Amino acid sequence: MLEQQLVNALTLGSVYALFSLGFTLVFGVLEVINLSHGAMFMAGSFAAMTVVTRFKAPLAVGILAAMLVSGLLGLAIDALILKRLRARHAPHLIPMIATIGATTVLTSAAQGLFGVEVQRFPDELLSTREFIFGSVHVRALELAIVGISFLLMTTLFLVLRHTRQGRALRAIAESPKAAALLGVNVEGLFMATSFTAAALGGVAGLLIGLNFNSVTPLMGQPILHKGIAVVILGGMGDIRGALFGGLFLGFAEVLSKAYLSSQMGDAVAFGLLFLILLVRPAGLFGRVLERKA
Amino acid sequence: MEAFADFWATYSTLIFTVGIHALLALSLWLTLSCGLLSLANAAFMGIGAYTAALLTLHLHWPFPMVLAAGGLAPAVVALVIGAPTLRLSGVYLAMATLAFGEVTRILVLNLEITGGPEGLNGIPLLTTWWHIVLILAAAGYALARLRRSRMGRAFEAIREDEVAARMMGIDVEGHKLAAFTLGAVLAGLAGALNAHSTFFISPREYGFENAVDILTMTILGGISSLIGPVLGATILTLLPELLRFLHAYRLAVNGLILIGVVLFLPTGLWDSRRLGQMLRAWRTRWEGKP
Repeated sequence: MLEQQLVNALTLGSVYALFSLGFTLVFGVLEVINLSHGAMFMAGSFAAMTVVTRFKAPLAVGILAAMLVSGLLGLAIDALILKRLRARHAPHLIPMIATIGATTVLTSAAQGLFGVEVQRFPDELLSTREFIFGSVHVRALELAIVGISFLLMTTLFLVLRHTRQGRALRAIAESPKAAALLGVNVEGLFMATSFTAAALGGVAGLLIGLNFNSVTPLMGQPILHKGIAVVILGGMGDIRGALFGGLFLGFAEVLSKAYLSSQMGDAVAFGLLFLILLVRPAGLFGRVLERKA
Repeated sequence: MEAFADFWATYSTLIFTVGIHALLALSLWLTLSCGLLSLANAAFMGIGAYTAALLTLHLHWPFPMVLAAGGLAPAVVALVIGAPTLRLSGVYLAMATLAFGEVTRILVLNLEITGGPEGLNGIPLLTTWWHIVLILAAAGYALARLRRSRMGRAFEAIREDEVAARMMGIDVEGHKLAAFTLGAVLAGLAGALNAHSTFFISPREYGFENAVDILTMTILGGISSLIGPVLGATILTLLPELLRFLHAYRLAVNGLILIGVVLFLPTGLWDSRRLGQMLRAWRTRWEGKP
């Protein structure tokens, strides 16, 4: 029983980590709390759903569609809204409020286009194969979800650590001004970051949509709140923190649902978030930058 | 007179909602005036609404006392969570208040006494139009006096530059807690009035979306004066009625408004300084002066 719960927790946790990675990346580089990240999650899910049901495309194409549509939406939000606010040096809260507006627009558009009912993926798409390890049954789908999440996260880590663009990005995270003086194309990398983060959010949306076989226009809201919890847990802008925070939240949520109360799983996440903010606002790994005097 | 009766029968709920939203926007204005972006005001409204409704339903308290309790209950909560929470600033505070709002919503959703997801039904319709007008006017008057008071100026100083305000000897923590708590009182009053004018309340009405709605109203109107939030609340409450033909896309308009205001009108619709300039320019042209 416990082993089975641990499999569920790992599946959920790795998607939380994938989602939060994009969220924290945008905060680290652009210094924006991007509250439209949940809408990217939802858009990715719908994009994949549309390709696989309307055009009978295989799931791999669905994944690409999720990345592309969400990525482009993220890029559009950056180019149309965030870029102007950067140019104006608007204080931090202003871009956050603007992304709330973007979320409302996208959610409402999805409700208009697809209706408010829960949509489901076609049965033949979801393999019902199971692997049995001792007493644990693992669905092929769960293996794929964990596999895809970790593949994407590892790729991102490697890109950030070892490529020229990755180093430039880390330089921007330290100081955009200094990076620009050193010849880094800051605006270009801001846009690349927005695209990548949104694309990761879109894939996370597809994976959750597949796992629970349910896609709705409002699915972005709860995950956004969880993403916030994860990012605060791991420290804002901290990539490793997002990974550990995501896995931690997955385990905390599944185990408290299994052993405490089925309703209180969500309360655990936010109670935890609230406590961590009070005790250690910098998160488990991060540090808070504050003007002292 | 009959025409008026018809009009009232059709639109009284809407007019009540405008008043209650205006009160909510003012509650957020108060917290923002001290530089605190709080997403907890929807939760405070919920706490006020549930407290008031439960007192009416179970203990049959008289309505004025119910209203007072509806304002006090969230204030007590704000005092308790405020002391540790308000050490956070900027986005961290927004996130913490968001988390508080979610915890509150989930608690209300799961408690026995709050009726769970179905909420509370059959709350007597005790709110009349003059309750709303009276409370709104009193709140407006109190806030206008507050702005010009020592406390109001301290709020402004803290909003503009916290470090400098502290150097001037202002008790930053105390004033922040005061702004947060007084905001909770107004939000709770709005909740208590709302609960007794809609017959039924449920946890759905006090979640993140509602916190965002309150924020949108306040930002749209502008926080440079008290007229801004009231104007923003009026527009955003009436707009969905006018946009019924857009069906599911109705909410998109709210989002577009929020983006548009942030991008093009950073000080909101009602910016007294800009309006003054416009008036002066217009007068100069009218009188033909150079």
